[in-house]
Amino acid sequence: MIWYTGKRLLQMIPVFFGATLLIYFMVFSLPGDPIAALYGDRPPAPGVIDQIRAQYNLDKPFIVQYFIYIGNFFQGDLGTTYSGRPVSDVMAKAFPITARLALLALAIEAFFGILVGLIAGLRKGKLFDTSALVVSLLLISVPTFVIGFVLQYVFAVQLGWARTTVSSEAPLNELLLPALVLASVSFAYIVRLTRASVSDNLNADFVRTATAKGLSRRRVVGVHVLRNSLVPVVTFLGVDLGSLMVGAIVTEGIFNINGVGGTVYKAIKLGEGPTVVSFIAVMVVIFVLANLLVDLLYAALDPRIRYAK
Amino acid sequence: MSQTIIEPVNDSADLSKEPLLQIRDLEVGFQTQHGLVPAVRGVSLTLYAGQTLAIVGESGSGKTTTAQAIIKLLAGTGKITGGQILFEGRDLAGLSDKQMQDVRGRLIGYVPQDPMSNLNPVWNIGFQVEEAIKANNVAQGKAAHQRTIQVLQEAGLSDAEDRLKQFPHQFSGGMRQRVLIGIGLSARPKLLIADEPTSALDVTVQRQILDHLGTLTRDYGTSVLFITHDLGLAAERAEQLVVMYKGKVVESGPSLEILANPQHPYTQRLVAAAPSLASRRIQSAKSDAADDVEIFSGGSLDTTLVARAAEREQAAETADLIKVQNISKMYRIRTKGLKYTELLAVNDVSFAIKKGTTTALVGESGSGKSTVAKLLLQLESITSGQIEFDGQDVAGLKGAALLKFRRRVQPVFQDPYGSLDPQYNVGNTIAEPLLAHKIGTSAERQARVRELLDQVSLPWATRYRYPSELSGGQRQRIAVARALALKPDVLVLDEAVSALDVLVQGQILNLLTELQTELGLTYLFITHDLAVVRLVADNVCVMQKGRIVETASTDEVFDSPRESYTQELLAAIPGGNFQFGR
Repeated sequence: MIWYTGKRLLQMIPVFFGATLLIYFMVFSLPGDPIAALYGDRPPAPGVIDQIRAQYNLDKPFIVQYFIYIGNFFQGDLGTTYSGRPVSDVMAKAFPITARLALLALAIEAFFGILVGLIAGLRKGKLFDTSALVVSLLLISVPTFVIGFVLQYVFAVQLGWARTTVSSEAPLNELLLPALVLASVSFAYIVRLTRASVSDNLNADFVRTATAKGLSRRRVVGVHVLRNSLVPVVTFLGVDLGSLMVGAIVTEGIFNINGVGGTVYKAIKLGEGPTVVSFIAVMVVIFVLANLLVDLLYAALDPRIRYAK
Repeated sequence: MSQTIIEPVNDSADLSKEPLLQIRDLEVGFQTQHGLVPAVRGVSLTLYAGQTLAIVGESGSGKTTTAQAIIKLLAGTGKITGGQILFEGRDLAGLSDKQMQDVRGRLIGYVPQDPMSNLNPVWNIGFQVEEAIKANNVAQGKAAHQRTIQVLQEAGLSDAEDRLKQFPHQFSGGMRQRVLIGIGLSARPKLLIADEPTSALDVTVQRQILDHLGTLTRDYGTSVLFITHDLGLAAERAEQLVVMYKGKVVESGPSLEILANPQHPYTQRLVAAAPSLASRRIQSAKSDAADDVEIFSGGSLDTTLVARAAEREQAAETADLIKVQNISKMYRIRTKGLKYTELLAVNDVSFAIKKGTTTALVGESGSGKSTVAKLLLQLESITSGQIEFDGQDVAGLKGAALLKFRRRVQPVFQDPYGSLDPQYNVGNTIAEPLLAHKIGTSAERQARVRELLDQVSLPWATRYRYPSELSGGQRQRIAVARALALKPDVLVLDEAVSALDVLVQGQILNLLTELQTELGLTYLFITHDLAVVRLVADNVCVMQKGRIVETASTDEVFDSPRESYTQELLAAIPGGNFQFGR
């Protein structure tokens, strides 16, 4: 298992270089001149533009720019944005907010999703089950921004229970509403996944045998149905953790949160190569780690899965 | 057959007058979209303490449903709709879930059918045994742990202490079944329901486990309700028999009486068709007086088979169609990093099959018999040796030559559920090989499908049906028809009848022998079941651990087996303890 983990971590190295090179190339190829765009309709003196280009190494060939960037990256210098802020500062501000939001959303969707899915699976065909299916279908089919605006209007504007927008510090209590919005779609998927898995496992031979042993219903469900049913759900949660951590542009936009999604979006629009690439590099690492976490959890839940050394 | 209450066996001394289990007019139904479908219709039976009673019947006869109704673990929408299940005078049908929980495990143990699926794959063995012990309050804490080891040791796992932390997938099928038997008996229940406890296992393992189960239940004084489809096995293991057919009890009484003198036509057919009994019958027909045969062939279903089997000695001398010489197959299994271990699945195997004859390849799972089939079919390449078909070396065949070889050698596999495409109707399934080999026009293919369906005795209308709408026997007929589509010379039948009920098995075997005479086919018959071999094969190769340990004609193998392994296999055929006609 340690070997397996080590091997997976080593695999991150080529993934890191491949992803950053690709992203760097894509940002480099974006149409338009980012420096000219900074000045809008009134072009500055020609010398100024050249000076800024030299400062950001934009006058050099693509591959040279990339290696300069990577060289600085490993010295801890992630470059600066075109407005002069160090990229590391921007990251240090954006990632904690997104992480709080993501973990909160993950906790909400995991807890309620598994709970509702379990009950629905146990009462297949009954009223609770049918309602859960209808609600989850609704959540999946309605776009996130609609759910976001509706919840914002109801809870923040009408009821006044929450703030309409999140302050720049983004404390947990203010993030609750956005997290709810963010969690809604995945919640629906988890309900369906858990429900299907539970109802499958309820019919499994080993569950009948467990009942025949004389175990109580509660123990049969808790010990023999739930753990087996969690395997597919955990896979989903892990992948979802990855996508939540890299930010949610729509939800962050609605609640005016200065998280990763919004920051990267702005940086792409401005063509800020170093900012975009640095963020993406971190996102790639997060994704790979989240997937590794899933694989390790998988093995913990199901002993039949033991990874080759 | 209204005779329902079974008299106790007179030679058991400790029988109390009060029956342990008495089922009266039990009715069980399954709720479907078309209303309630009855599965068990008015079943009654009585089991006394210390007795073993077997319920025999084919799949769908309601035997498992009856057993599951007793502990109220009916699958899906199943419901008890009438009758009583009296256990020590208490009606189980009327108990609440909570009360039932106290009955299960503690008073009535249960050993399920399939050891592969009946242990939870995510918990270790020790945990699963210990929870049964704790739930029934046999012991708690440290004592429960001690008891777990003891239970597993009694069930025949001598190294139980070291293996508690292992998971089900690290155990073989036989060992898992021992674990399940241990769980079933862990609280020393008064009644043990054993639902086909060994039908998924190899014959020799089956024998060991049933012997062990018999010893344990005798020592503990546990009554056993034994569910099986194998009449020979039932009669060997139980004093009392209940024969079920379509949800009803058609006959019941002491085992040997039923076997010797079956009253109901269904029982007669069952007695006639059970391969284990039939093979014994051939045996006694050859060795003893002829009246023995008559006693046991009340049904006529297999008389042709018996006759044919008896005539095998006069098989015509023809040239070898298939000649397998010193073939070996080595698999490389990756163990650690770049290291491999080598597994010799087939080790220096040689045999020859004459045209128009049947050669059986017999062995337990893992003996390499299926690998030989794959090598012969050119589905896998041989590591060394030579396979000659009709005088031609088949090892290096490619392209058109390989295609031509495939046309002449066709396989039929074990699982009629898995080997047919559920999305293809029967007509298309049978026509597919013709299409693949670009044979005939559409109309000609239709005509061929019609001919083939006729050959396997299925109506022409079957062509529009899908595999899910057919029974196991019908599906296997389709598989045979598909294999015959290209007019092959050889059929490789890999456990082709193992998944079928005895009566259906008899029908398919009959069909195969008929087709053989009619079309001059040559069979390589791969099976673990020596009893079936007796009915169809001319020659037998017994395989063990990748090698052929004995090759001889069927009669020689059965009359004077040379190898101890063959003798072991023969002894494992159920019904061996009966004295035929004596």
